Parts: sequence; structure tokens; C-alpha cells
Amino acid sequence: MTEPRSGPRKEGGASGPASLFDPGTLLRLGAIGLVMMGVVTAFAWSAGWLSPRRLTQARMMDALAAVDGVHPGFRRNHAKGVCVAGWFESSGQAASLSKAAVFRPVRSAVIGRFALAGGMPFQADAPAKVRSMALRIMPPDGAEWRMGINDIPVFVARTAREFRDLLLATRPDPATGKPDPARVGPFLAGHPDVARALALVGARPISPGFGDDTYRSLDAFRFINADGVSTPVRWEMAPMQPGGPAGAVTGQDYLFDDLLTALGRHPLSWRLMVTIGAPSDPTADPTLPWPADRRQVEAGTLTLDVAQSEDGGLCTGITYDPLVLPPGIAPSDDPIPAARSAAYMRSFTLRAGEVKLPSAITPAMIAAKERP
Amino acid sequence: MNPVVRFSALARVLHWLMAAMVLGMLFVGVFMAATEGPAYARLVALHRPMGVAILLLACVRLANRLLVPPPPLPAGMPRVQRIAALGSHIMLYALMFAMPLVGWGMLSAGAYPVVLWGPVRLPPILPHDPALFAALRHLHGWLAFTLFGVIVIHLGAALLHGLILRDGVFAAMASWRRGRRDGI
Repeated sequence: MTEPRSGPRKEGGASGPASLFDPGTLLRLGAIGLVMMGVVTAFAWSAGWLSPRRLTQARMMDALAAVDGVHPGFRRNHAKGVCVAGWFESSGQAASLSKAAVFRPVRSAVIGRFALAGGMPFQADAPAKVRSMALRIMPPDGAEWRMGINDIPVFVARTAREFRDLLLATRPDPATGKPDPARVGPFLAGHPDVARALALVGARPISPGFGDDTYRSLDAFRFINADGVSTPVRWEMAPMQPGGPAGAVTGQDYLFDDLLTALGRHPLSWRLMVTIGAPSDPTADPTLPWPADRRQVEAGTLTLDVAQSEDGGLCTGITYDPLVLPPGIAPSDDPIPAARSAAYMRSFTLRAGEVKLPSAITPAMIAAKERP
Repeated sequence: MNPVVRFSALARVLHWLMAAMVLGMLFVGVFMAATEGPAYARLVALHRPMGVAILLLACVRLANRLLVPPPPLPAGMPRVQRIAALGSHIMLYALMFAMPLVGWGMLSAGAYPVVLWGPVRLPPILPHDPALFAALRHLHGWLAFTLFGVIVIHLGAALLHGLILRDGVFAAMASWRRGRRDGI
């Protein structure tokens, strides 16, 4: 097919290429160097190495560590938690809104997690701390759906950068253990949307425990039905059991103890209520509540009947990435789910490669509360 | 200029197509691993199918490379350069396979669904194992930096052949002109 190339093909003649030191060659060498440097510089820019102010995933982890300390092996946020398991029984009522397999009239297995917001895995439970429910819903024949939802009415920032800046502005002063008013004041003055959202969060009714709490998506997503119709939605898990006694708020782990006690007695259930947004409702800003009169669809019932410690539990090895969505559920223009997805990937990579201390909620604590 | 012996048409098409795809993937990859912005979701959704497309094209390319020998290197090329050429090409081929496979394996070990497009998903190729996920995620990054480094050296060497040595090596892949004895 080919014949070896021989000397005469070289333009420089049989003696080889021109001398390295003639001006034309030096110019060309310089041009080659410039091209290579240009490509490397573009790559370095893409990787964020030339942009110290860009909020990268690593810098988000740094901010969380600056506020909550470094706790190897634990999630960088919502670090204190417990695994749960159960199932989601679809009512079929959301099937006209979304073609997701989870909304067909089937029962889907669930691996979930309850947690407290914050990166401290051994923090003491307290009534006003933000609680979260994370779910991985796995329909028998179809794509899974993951979410991490919180018991607050709105999210406290519009973007990842605003959230990071809020974290840093409100971090406890080492001297007093409380946020420094000299830092918080100017931040809130410059971020009226955050101030408004924090006021709504501060005014929320606080339920006695995990089991009677309402958890909300906060972010808007889109449901897409079989005809391709896209509907803006938010959702919440509304508890079906009444609250326990509100008085017993003592003990390092009282919220988790109460949850384990309740799960030891009977399964806990929540209704998945999907709120249908109007075209005028903001989807890009999770700090803004939607009007209270929006139509809600009861999509099904979540039932949790098993608790497991994170040490060996089924929720530990997964990340509740809010962008793990089935066909039929899509992100909206809300920037927070993408930011969480990116941060969770980094957090997962870090913690899964580290040696972890035993979790606050131990297997022994679970065993003590289990049904006989 | 004397006519050169070019790579086969398929080899040239695959080379330039994959050059654009692989370089694009490297830039998308390092950017998405360093952003908290809204582009992250779209870039990840692009990164997975592109990676699988590169894996498939790499299979075609390797078969073509084995079936249709490339034009020989110039007769007078020093031994060190020949070894460097062979070594860098082996690395480029190995990394074209390794990058998508490590990415796929990493998502598998992390229990992430491997979504290609809409309902099209790939099965996991490794068991669910968080420590393995962490190791493969780091490996994916380091292999990407290695691949980028080899590509930059490859680019520099190609330009050296094209602009200074002018020995037909660059034209074999980059010339638009029909060669005297083109490969098929």
C-alpha cells in the first residue's frame, strides 16, 4: 500500500531540516510554543485554576468546612442522619402530569434518610434546626427518582454563590459561638431576598419531631406527561401521623430517638402532595413561595417502616442528588438543584475515600428500639 | 511539495472527529468538575453520551488501525523519535478507551444511573462500592490530565513535523491534497 518515505521528500534536502538557529525556524518554533501554551491556558481557565473567585465545587466544600469543621467520611452537609427504608405507593393521580414510572399505579421501593442540616455529624438535636428527608424511589420497572427535601417553607438563597456567602456571613464567631452581627447585618442588607427568606424560615411552625414534619422540594421542577406537556411543580411530603409530645426536647439525639421509637412502634407515612405552578409563578427563585391557593395533587403515599444506622445502612453509599430524575421529571430554570448535584458529587467523592468515625446514630441505638 | 502518503480516508475522518470530541470532552470535563453554576446539569448530560460515543468510535478506530496499516514514518527518523511516536500513540489509544470506561465504572460504583438520553440508560459495569467510586472518580480526573498532556505534546510534535521538519508526517494526517499513493 505504501512505500517508505525517503530523504528527497524532505524540503530541507537530503541533509535534513534547516538549522534550528535560522530566524524562520525560530519563528516557527515560537509559534508552536504559543499554540501549545494557548491550549494549556484555555484548559487551565476551564478548570478554574486562573479564576480564584469562581465558585468551584472544591471551594463550596471549603466554605462548608470553614463553618462546620472537617469531619472525614461524613457528608459535607446534612452530616448527622439515619437511614430508613420503606415504599412509595402511587395513587395514579399524578400520571396525567408526568410519565415517570414512579407515578404509575405501582409500589416502588424506597431507601431514605433523615438528617439535620449542617456539616456537624455529632451536633446536638434542637427544635429549630432544619430537618431533611432524602429519598431514593425505585419503581419496579423504570427509572429511579432521588430527592433531598427540607422542613422549611423556602430555600434561603437564589444561587450557589449566595448560599456560600450566607454560610460564611452567618458562621458562628469562635469567641461567642453565635453569628457575628457585624458580618450578618451588612450581608442581609445587601441580600434582601435572603433576609426575606430567612424571616419566612424563622416564622415557620416547628413540629415536635421528624415523623410529623412536612418536607418540601423548595426548588421547582417540571413534570412532563406522555403528550410532552410540561408543568412547573413543587412538592411536599405531608405527614399522616400526629406529632408526639412537644415537651421532650432534651438529650443530644432526642429528635432521632423519637423517630426510632416511633418507627419501632409502627410505620410512618407521608402524602406526596404535588403543587401545580401557574405560568406566573417563579420557578427560577426558590426563595419565593408560591401562592397558597395553587392546586395540589396527591400523587401517592410514602411509608417508612425500617431504620438503619448509617454505619452499614443502605443510604450511606449513595448521594441524594436532586438531578437523578426519571424521564417525566426535569429540572426547571432553578439553579439550586444543579448546584446541589455538583456539590454532592464532590462531597461523595471526598467522603467515600475517607475513613469515617462511627455515626452519632449507632446500630445499637436502632436495635434497642426495634419491634420485637 | 512532493505528494505524501496519507492515512486512509476513514482514519483521517476518525482522527479529526475524535480530536474535536476528545478535546471538547476534556474542556467540558474540567469545567463541570469546577462549577457550581447552572451549566453543570447540561454539561453532565452532554458528557455521558459523548463519552459513550467516543468509546464506540475508539473501537472502530482501533479496528481500522489494525486492519489498515498507517503510512510508515520517514526512513531517516531517529530511533528515539520512533519510540516516542509509538509510545504516545499507544497512550492516546489506551486513554481513549480508559476514560469512558472509568467514567462508566465510576458512575456504576457510585450507584448513579448511567443516563444516555431520555429513557436510554446503560447497565452498571461494576458493583455498588463507594470506596471504588471515590478511587475511580480521582482516577478519571488524573487520566484526563494525562490525556490532555499527551494531546498537547502530540499537537506540538505534529506542528514540529508540519512547520519545521516538513517530512510528510503532518501532511499524512492533515493534507487536503490527494496523495500520490494514498492509503485506502
